[in-house]
Amino acid sequence: MKRSILLLLVYVLLLTACSAPTSPLSTTPIDTGIDPSAWAHIPAGPFLRGQHQHPASIPVDYEIMVTDVTNAQYATYLTQALAQGKVRQSGDTIVGYYPGDPFHGARHEEKIEAGDWLHIPFREPGSKLTFNGKTFRALPGYENHPVVMVTWFGAKAYCEAQGGRLPSDDEWEKAARGTDDRPFPWGNQLERNQANYYSSRDIFEKVFGKQGDTTPVGFYNGKTYSGYATLAAASPYGLYDMAGNVWQWVSTITPGTHYRFLRGGSKADYGYNLRIWSRNSARPDYAAISIGFRCARNVK
Amino acid sequence: MNFLVDRFNYLFRSTKGLVLVAIALISIVTASLGFLSGPMEEFGVRKALFAIGVKLLPVDREARIIMLYHTLAMAVVAIETYLITALVPMKKSDQARINGSITVGYIVSLVFGLGFAYFGKNYVFHGLFIAGQTLIFFAGVLLSAALFPWNKAYLQRDSERARTRGGLDLERLAFFIMAIATLGSVIFGAIPGSLFGNGFESFLAEDILREPDKTPLQLAIIGHLHIMLTLIAVALTLIVGRWFGFRGRLHKVAMPLMIIGTLIITAGVWMVVPFEAIAHMIINVGSFPVLIASLLLVYFGWRQIIRQRLSEQKLTKPTLWQGLAALLHDPLKFGALWQMVYMNFVVTAVGIFMAIKLDEIIRTWTHREERIALTGHWHVLAGIIATIILLYYADLAGIKGKIRQWFGWIVILGSDLAFGAVAVLETRRLFVSEFAQQRLTDTVIFLTDIGLASVLTVLGGLMFWRLIDLFRKRGRWRQEFQDPQMGKIEEECK
Repeated sequence: MKRSILLLLVYVLLLTACSAPTSPLSTTPIDTGIDPSAWAHIPAGPFLRGQHQHPASIPVDYEIMVTDVTNAQYATYLTQALAQGKVRQSGDTIVGYYPGDPFHGARHEEKIEAGDWLHIPFREPGSKLTFNGKTFRALPGYENHPVVMVTWFGAKAYCEAQGGRLPSDDEWEKAARGTDDRPFPWGNQLERNQANYYSSRDIFEKVFGKQGDTTPVGFYNGKTYSGYATLAAASPYGLYDMAGNVWQWVSTITPGTHYRFLRGGSKADYGYNLRIWSRNSARPDYAAISIGFRCARNVK
Repeated sequence: MNFLVDRFNYLFRSTKGLVLVAIALISIVTASLGFLSGPMEEFGVRKALFAIGVKLLPVDREARIIMLYHTLAMAVVAIETYLITALVPMKKSDQARINGSITVGYIVSLVFGLGFAYFGKNYVFHGLFIAGQTLIFFAGVLLSAALFPWNKAYLQRDSERARTRGGLDLERLAFFIMAIATLGSVIFGAIPGSLFGNGFESFLAEDILREPDKTPLQLAIIGHLHIMLTLIAVALTLIVGRWFGFRGRLHKVAMPLMIIGTLIITAGVWMVVPFEAIAHMIINVGSFPVLIASLLLVYFGWRQIIRQRLSEQKLTKPTLWQGLAALLHDPLKFGALWQMVYMNFVVTAVGIFMAIKLDEIIRTWTHREERIALTGHWHVLAGIIATIILLYYADLAGIKGKIRQWFGWIVILGSDLAFGAVAVLETRRLFVSEFAQQRLTDTVIFLTDIGLASVLTVLGGLMFWRLIDLFRKRGRWRQEFQDPQMGKIEEECK
């Protein structure tokens, strides 16, 4: 009898583990009051780079988006870019041209050749966009959440279409950290209601488990949402979500590797990954539900 | 006063006492710092440590982890050293010098290393941590000298044990080569370690694995951590061989394989700096004979367990089931060898798969996923080594009857459940996308926690029992000190 109960328990556990979750079709809209079309001005000058705080400097002023690019913004862009022929549909994906990278033949390096590369797979589980053959839309309630499932190519193309570019590694870091040695954009310690990270117990984890779901951009701004009080978590230059929620692509290409780098940590990572110097990397055609981006631009 | 002197003599002047102290210290450190990660961290229990003065600056996380790994590893190396000095013939005076040096060394390292890492960066503590490590290195030099296999007093006269025509004891040579390789590999890590230490720029190897241009010192650090864990595993295999009285034809095949494999792996790792591209291939070539040698030991040990049990039962023509029952009747002995076999499923096989499919599969994932695979991989290996030591210690402690059964099987099943679950977690991206992973992740982490909690619970029970025993006037500790089982083994071995 005991053995049967044990076997049944194991069977149920395995079944539970393997059954696929369904993609959410909507969520409750949350207005954070933060404008996703706003840009922050970052002055030229020195800053401390990395965990070991090496002195570094950025020679010119630049601007960077206050929040990650949202689903609504990306849906609008995709619809226009598709109509203008800047990108094209290939099955359930959107692809676009990339001129390729120089190849150095280094160990583990793969060729990124000129041609069409994946920008976004729009029917993958976890995608927050819908497509009717002509128009892209954000799922209801997800309009102001960061867009996910966008590859480095797709992120770069979006920023360039807006007259900008992806931020470089250094630009991203200075924008997140300011000029002091803080480990998190807001200061020295990470509290649970300061950022969206693994097991941070935000309101979305109640629905989706510890990995949670994206939070609306600028969610952690000191407001209280349905009884859930957040702490203000902007960076010294007023940027939101520079730690947690989604990893953010940066533009820097390192000779000898085809990988592109991601900064900031995500909803699927433990808190230590949210430290400003943490880096992740992936192939430039990699898309995931915890990867998004924001853009930078030169000051005119 | 005698109360304390007697206990001190047992704990610090007998092999079993020394092993008990080291296991107890590892248990205390593991249990308390376990609050900083895993489920305890998620429950918010870590803040309990702040009340006792623990300081956790985010910038120092990597440095803390490095100190923690080193202090725990030093304690494990000390345990292995105690067992080697007890099991391998050497002068009593050598044994005392080696054990004395390493005991002071690892305890100073552990106390002040953790003090430095977790209670504010007091550099006097760091200096004492280094002083402790230096003593451990010194003990390693003494051990190597004591193990010198060409000493005529230690020529092998037993024809059933591996030896050369001139009588050179190949098992002793294997111990000696392991010890020398360990000393060299310590230097291999100490040189870059001291440089990074002076520059205050610690890093975890798994964080730089995708950087295309690693510096020679970074490569040396990566090599160091790999070879140290490997040599700890080699030493433990040799120790278990002594425990089981490994001998006969299999011993004669296994020992040369162990020697050759250890030499090739060590050479491969040391070559990682100038010849990174081919170093891994050399390491894989060297791993093969070591694995074969350990599997020969497993075969010998299991056959011995079965034969002894059947002999006790006076069964001359056993059925298959009777043979299997005989094999499983003693979970401590069976388990120590089973863990070596299980390691091939959850460490070796996974590792070979990751190496073969690195570019094709593993590196199509994000760096964070690859990092999880790597850290899980070597945590499991370290965990398996720990369980084998634990099973051996439980046998030395003379656990008998039902408690022996419960303890052994909980350690085996609990740890294997945890290690199997971690192996699934490491490779989850093969089965499930990030979107769909949460249920699988929750399940395997739940199973891991259950498994580890079971092992830690019985370990806690064992330690508690030994602690209570120390307060008894005529406790087991006194028997172990006056007429230790270890002494019998020592006599048999000598």
